[in-house]
Amino acid sequence: MSTNIDATETLDVKGQSCPMPVVETGRAIDDLAVGETLEVLATDSGSVSDLAGWTDATAGVELVAQAEDGDVYIHYVRKTE
Amino acid sequence: MSTDTTTEPEDASLEDLLARVDDLETRLADLEATPDDSQKMVVVATKGTLDMAYPPLILASTAAAFGYDVTVFHTFWGLDILHEERSSALKLSSVGNPNVPVPNAIAALPGMDEVTTRLMRKRIAENDVATVEELVDLSIETGVDLQACQMTIDLLGYDEDDFFDGVTTGVGAASAFREMVEADVQLLV
Repeated sequence: MSTNIDATETLDVKGQSCPMPVVETGRAIDDLAVGETLEVLATDSGSVSDLAGWTDATAGVELVAQAEDGDVYIHYVRKTE
Repeated sequence: MSTDTTTEPEDASLEDLLARVDDLETRLADLEATPDDSQKMVVVATKGTLDMAYPPLILASTAAAFGYDVTVFHTFWGLDILHEERSSALKLSSVGNPNVPVPNAIAALPGMDEVTTRLMRKRIAENDVATVEELVDLSIETGVDLQACQMTIDLLGYDEDDFFDGVTTGVGAASAFREMVEADVQLLV
């Protein structure tokens, strides 16, 4: 599958378990400018609901899309403020 | 009929209202200047077994990622999680743990805790789960305040220098309680 989302940076947390996908995404977002999008590549199946919950409850971030490519879960998170 | 008697009180009440508006605007500006929108979590970590070291550290680093101001107050055996030497040697208990597939009579034999601990560590490594030390480092890096209770440091014969760099010592129940009062989430683990 493919997406047409333009990501500024890619964070690879494949192989890492809870809580690393959320924690590392939080740290990577800090380095982005407002409006930029981070692509997160994870193999932890819990990252799907974890990142959705994190973006929902955290100010300044927005979940643009989530997708699956084989055993990789791809998340797109935009920094909004 | 004179209008003087009616306009005067109206003027006065207008002045009152304007004064009140001024006052409210000043108070609003003060409130906006010092926003208290930070959310806080306090976890009290009392256990020092390998399995029980994980929940406080995972929740702490996760809450920090949510933008929470996080304090973990470690007391009694929870101190071992922050202890430079002991944190890498935390054990899993075989006795009284119904998830260990051996009867208690066998689980109580010498060396059984080492066996179950080794099996658990193997699983942790195979599943790419972070080690306790990695989670301690991560928590400190993400701004979590890891505190070591002074009374139990003394009680267990530990030294303030035994703990990882960045761990707060010299704190007691009162400071923990004060933080819990202000916190949105309080947990005892």
